[in-house]
Amino acid sequence: MGGPGEPEIARDSTRTVVSASRSRLEEFPYWLILLLLIIGFLGYLTFFSSAYAGARSAILPGLGITIRATLIGFAAAVTIGLLAGLGRISHNLVLRTISTTYIEFIRGVPILVLIFTIALLLVPPLWDGLGLRSRPPAEIRAAAALAIIYGGYIAEVFRAGVESLPPGQMEASRSLGMTHGQSMRSIILPQAVRNVLPALGNDFIAMLKDSSLLSVLGVREITQQARLYSNATFEFREGFLVLTFFYLTMTLSLSLLVQWYARRLARA
Amino acid sequence: MPDRVVVRDLHKFFGSIEAVRGVDLTVRVGEVVVIIGPSGSGKSTVLRCINHLEVPTRGAVYIDGVHLEAPDTDINAIRREVGMVFQQFNLFPHLSVLENVTLAQCKVRKCSTSEAEDIAMAQLERVGIRDQAHKKPSQLSGGQQQRVAIARSLAMNPKVMLFDEVTSALDPEMINEVLDVMQELAAEGMTMVAVTHEMGFAREVGSRVLMMDHGRIVEEGPAQEIFANPKNDRTKEFFSKIL
Repeated sequence: MGGPGEPEIARDSTRTVVSASRSRLEEFPYWLILLLLIIGFLGYLTFFSSAYAGARSAILPGLGITIRATLIGFAAAVTIGLLAGLGRISHNLVLRTISTTYIEFIRGVPILVLIFTIALLLVPPLWDGLGLRSRPPAEIRAAAALAIIYGGYIAEVFRAGVESLPPGQMEASRSLGMTHGQSMRSIILPQAVRNVLPALGNDFIAMLKDSSLLSVLGVREITQQARLYSNATFEFREGFLVLTFFYLTMTLSLSLLVQWYARRLARA
Repeated sequence: MPDRVVVRDLHKFFGSIEAVRGVDLTVRVGEVVVIIGPSGSGKSTVLRCINHLEVPTRGAVYIDGVHLEAPDTDINAIRREVGMVFQQFNLFPHLSVLENVTLAQCKVRKCSTSEAEDIAMAQLERVGIRDQAHKKPSQLSGGQQQRVAIARSLAMNPKVMLFDEVTSALDPEMINEVLDVMQELAAEGMTMVAVTHEMGFAREVGSRVLMMDHGRIVEEGPAQEIFANPKNDRTKEFFSKIL
């Protein structure tokens, strides 16, 4: 069976060469090529096919609302998430209890249900409380709903980011005479935020997709526009393929950006 | 010489485990006290109680007569005076070497950046890594990182330095460069408390050696004497295993 030593080694090294080139072939991102082909095809339909022109011009105006709701919602969600995340690991019992209740409440209820609850039950009384007469605009309700929902998820991201740092960082900082707050601001948070940026990026992408749920509020973002258009014209294929094109283009480019950053972070 | 650190009847529980069972310790100004003993004997816990990183379950710690556990004691003001160097260096990886040494000066002592940088460079010079000041800690060897950690503490101009097994995480060839810095500090008259497994250092630099076992000090005395003529059986057994 087993031959003399030298041929065995020679055979082994050939096998290594073969398997190395095979794994390189296997690692090639074919999925990305396929996905780009699909996007290219959908893009071609959206912008160059006359049958899709109606769907395109109906949906395109919603793009600004989708992007705006996501950006505003995300900025607010990061703020809420940071406060709630720090609250959850705070030594103050009241802060910890409030934060944990909020986070577990949000995480325990489906997003669609929360959107209704927040936009229809929570925002109007808050709006009145601010002394504003008119009814809250749909876009404000929508962004507020996204912010309050994602704040709960992002809080957990920040908590994990802080807890992933070795306790020695806080100890070294405190042993130099810095207060807990100074240590948090100068030592813990800068490192934690850098580490959680990829996770935040993924939450941004998830939020962009979940902004489609805002259509249930009648907010005229792209999903709502596609529904209205398709219901009116019965062009369901056109409406939803154009819609898919817009989402996929945005999420894929963002996702590649996040992956690039995560790789860069891993190397540093 | 006046007493710099006084520890009275120190007890520390972690859950139901009593890590320290009644330790009394006095460190006079300029003294180098070395704590030795097997793992889990409570050495590090005693050290960490001295700058209040661990809160004693019972007993008291005084720095220059100030009671650390008293409710009106400003612990941050005390810690400014008590430098601590850790086994794992605990440098701040997102800051440069220089910023590691200036940060606490700027935040705690509110001194200007240029003032803090002058002090930092002088301390980095003292530990022999002035030329690495603008690198990130990750670009330095373990021995260099530990010397930066020492410089970071020294920049706060502490009255006493605590060393918690500072050479245990180092490659063997880097241990001496750190011990040399500590020896120089001792020679300059710095008051020090060091937990270490480096018996050579304990013997040559230590003015006094404490042997701990199971949360208690089982033997203490001048360094030369303990090594030459240990009286306690536990100390003899410990030496026979490691020397």
